[in-house]
Amino acid sequence: MNSETITPEVVAAHNLTPEEFARIRELLGREPTFVELGVFSVMWSEHCSYKSSRTHLKRLPTKGERVIVPPGENAGIVDVGDGWCAAFKVESHNHPSFIEPFQGAATGVGGILRDIFTMGARPVAAMNSLRFGTLSDPKHGRRNRALLAGVVAGIAHYGNAFGVPTVGGEVVFDDAYGFNPLVNAFALGLVRHDQIFFGKAAGIGNPVLYVGAKTGRDGIHGATMASAEFDEEALEKRPTVQVGDPFLEKLLLEACLEAMRAGAVAGIQDMGAAGLTSSSCEMAARAGNGIELDLSLVPQREVGMTAYEIMLSESQERMLIVAHSGRERQVIDIFRKWDLDAVVIGRVTDAGSVVVVHEGRKLADIPSKYLTDEAPRYERPMRAPSAAARAESQVPGANGVGGADNDAPANASVVNSDELDEVLAAPSAVVSGADANHDEALRLLLASPNLASKEWVYRQYDHMVRTNTAVLPGADAAVVRIKETRRALAMSLDGNGRYCRIDPREGARLIVAESARNVACVGARPLAITNCLNFASPERPEVMWAFSEVIDGMAEACEALGTPVVSGNVSFYNETEGRGIHPTPVIGMVGLVEDVRRVVTQGFKRAGHLVALVGPAEGEEDLDASEYAAAVLGRSVEQMIEGGARVPRLDLARELAVQRAVLLAAEEGLLQSAHDCSDGGLAVALAESCFSSHGRTPLGVTVELGGGTAVTAALFGETPSRVVVSFEEAQRTRLERIAAQAGAPLKVIGRVGGTRLHIRAGGRDCVSHEVSELEALWRGSLGARLQAEVIAAAAE
Amino acid sequence: MKFGVIVFPGSNCDHDAYHVISKHVGQPVDFIWHRETDLSTYDAVIIPGGFSYGDYLRAGALASHSPVMASVKGFAASGRVVLGICNGFQILCESGLLPGALIRNRELHFICQHVNVRVETTETPFTHELRAGQVLSLPVAHAEGNYVCDDETYEELVREDRIVFRYCDPAGGLGEGSNLNGSRDHIAGICSRERNVLGLMPHPERACEDLLGSADGSGVFRSLAATLAAAR
Repeated sequence: MNSETITPEVVAAHNLTPEEFARIRELLGREPTFVELGVFSVMWSEHCSYKSSRTHLKRLPTKGERVIVPPGENAGIVDVGDGWCAAFKVESHNHPSFIEPFQGAATGVGGILRDIFTMGARPVAAMNSLRFGTLSDPKHGRRNRALLAGVVAGIAHYGNAFGVPTVGGEVVFDDAYGFNPLVNAFALGLVRHDQIFFGKAAGIGNPVLYVGAKTGRDGIHGATMASAEFDEEALEKRPTVQVGDPFLEKLLLEACLEAMRAGAVAGIQDMGAAGLTSSSCEMAARAGNGIELDLSLVPQREVGMTAYEIMLSESQERMLIVAHSGRERQVIDIFRKWDLDAVVIGRVTDAGSVVVVHEGRKLADIPSKYLTDEAPRYERPMRAPSAAARAESQVPGANGVGGADNDAPANASVVNSDELDEVLAAPSAVVSGADANHDEALRLLLASPNLASKEWVYRQYDHMVRTNTAVLPGADAAVVRIKETRRALAMSLDGNGRYCRIDPREGARLIVAESARNVACVGARPLAITNCLNFASPERPEVMWAFSEVIDGMAEACEALGTPVVSGNVSFYNETEGRGIHPTPVIGMVGLVEDVRRVVTQGFKRAGHLVALVGPAEGEEDLDASEYAAAVLGRSVEQMIEGGARVPRLDLARELAVQRAVLLAAEEGLLQSAHDCSDGGLAVALAESCFSSHGRTPLGVTVELGGGTAVTAALFGETPSRVVVSFEEAQRTRLERIAAQAGAPLKVIGRVGGTRLHIRAGGRDCVSHEVSELEALWRGSLGARLQAEVIAAAAE
Repeated sequence: MKFGVIVFPGSNCDHDAYHVISKHVGQPVDFIWHRETDLSTYDAVIIPGGFSYGDYLRAGALASHSPVMASVKGFAASGRVVLGICNGFQILCESGLLPGALIRNRELHFICQHVNVRVETTETPFTHELRAGQVLSLPVAHAEGNYVCDDETYEELVREDRIVFRYCDPAGGLGEGSNLNGSRDHIAGICSRERNVLGLMPHPERACEDLLGSADGSGVFRSLAATLAAAR
């Protein structure tokens, strides 16, 4: 990009359409300079402008009594009591992570942490949601395993050194993510209500300071890269991925917070995607002011950088600060203490334009509103795909799964055996009879990568630093206490691409409901969400249709559950050579625990405690789109859709009642355990409650399910709005009263005790297994598949 | 009695150590910036966990040459107590205050979990309130915690009863699966010949409240506080 002649080819190389370029000329009333073209190209990129999604995003609810900062800033903020606020956001780093997994994931963590401390909040927790192709894929398994190992190592590298605990998240495997893995990073910080900072270039004449790392040629056009689909040359784009330095970021955090506390800062914004361009343009636009920058003053890592390169570099660990006039010296001194650069590179003006000067030449002069408010907005065409239409037709008899007892795998060929042959000795062909098949199916599910313990992953993340983690990873939701109060924050990160592929609207409702339920299960009241919307190309009408459906489903569930959206991110173009990912909205839910001593965990605590299912019990189970259908029956999502599969039906009023019952019971201290019943159904939820955890030995349980309905569906169906709880027998009446008052069904189904997971249905044994054996299978499955990859990578 | 918590650029368990001393030990404590050299007002110094100077050369190597560490050497030589946790242990080894070195974990990646460690000696200012053979549940969080030393050093550590903690199983046994990171003879923590400098990989400061999963680390701070109180 050294040519300064703007030809149609140069315009196309900037990912601008001829129409968009014509609009730029019209707005400016002249030809843009080369630097201006670069600035427009990143500010008008999908990544920065949300040009395809904006029109839909406005349908999301964003207001609530606890919302302090709604979407539009670097992170959303909610009030969590006693003058404290929580700032949080989730953001994608999908494209860079596919090209360079370690640095891609690491800089994803770095970016989201900066979004949090830009607001004045000290990051206290991180989570991440990861999706990859299947680990045992015959052709690409090796690459998928290496991608996972690299991404996990990158997250660990950055988060651990920075000193933020990585407390939870999810890891999901599906062929749809083979060429487009998803890496969504979430962070949450705490800030006093009166110490929140904004990305505004406020105060005419105020100095603009560049702080942090020096600018290099790395990451130029990263935002434009993230706004295009991949082809087979994608890996050649490695130079557009930035390199992260968590040590520098840690210094930047401390210096920024110190400068903010000193009262010297009027506005601050991180230089993330599109670097100096987006930070300066957005700060100016938010304040309705102008900003004037002299690029010759920018600290540079390399010699001979052009203005274009300086404006578009995505070098990491940099911030732009607007200081109060006369306080610049103080800011510089604070940054010097932390061995960081801080240089005045410009000032706030009343001209309303972003003016860029380099070596005495004015190279850009663009009214800031052209870059933000006037950015293109598209009403992209939408069309429901025919497959979804078929799924909606609900042809009687098309329902492929469920109903009879003998729907378990008939022979080994339908079992997804290559997923399991390393861990499971006996192929299901040798077991006979329906009961043995249920037992076998449970083993298959517990060892399947999607349901197996993610300990191999989260053990690599420091999840205890800062000594606030009250519920460790592996739970429905992580819990981080607020040291200065009795309260704590619960958080979970959830998605379900398969559900959303089959029915995007219902899928989105189910995810919001599940994330709120996860938070309620630890005893927290759901407050608000952040979302990361991962989709394929918005230029395909069926993708835009799914996007619109997801927004509507999410909006409806958020309204019903009282959890507004306070921040988020859209990632389009997750497709490679025409094959897109499932529509994959990921929800980060944050809830408030009033008294951290009342937190509930998922493991059974003592023999003799009763076990109950809160929520609908029987007759509404749904296996069609379940993990059972995928992992045990070996059905692809396409086969599910062809078979007329439906996602489980969610009744939001009942969901709310169940959550209210669990929450009230938790707050009264009645619950010994609570565990969301979701992927893998009741049998998997019961098994997980039996398994040991830190400081707890494994415990057995005997459960009796009523007869009459399909046993397979009762065991593995993924009916929503269900929670498995345990409690002392003496509390049964109080608990039943609370459930009745909340309007939630509650049925006692068994008792904790012994060493076996023993489930009877219709008077017959259908699962009976030593808990310790099931736990070994569940705990060791992922590590057995992945550890060899780490050793091999180290040897190379 | 006054505690100091050293802060290097990149330290990230400094606040945790500070919190334990001020809230659980209930004693005055200051942060000490890495450029400071005057430690005369302190009775005990804690070198906290983290990634000092990014740990970019070798864990703890850059920090061992910092201005404050020159003073810590004099501080230790005067008989006052120094506690190095995790990165602090690595720094103590790099600066020669403790023998041996900490290399990459056997499984080559970062490990964060609670582990069982056995108290091997109560003859230190940090463990005299504990029982010999007592098993503590303490968190670890490190990528380079695999303790190595030459045979001569190892024999000296054994002979002088300077191995303070060993990784073990829940019953205190030293079976094959109980050595977390491949350390020589399960070593999790050692002290100096004069016994006033302790370095350990596990984080006792993360285990001072039941809410966080274990309060077993509080014995270390209780011992330390009693030592300092008795010395007054």
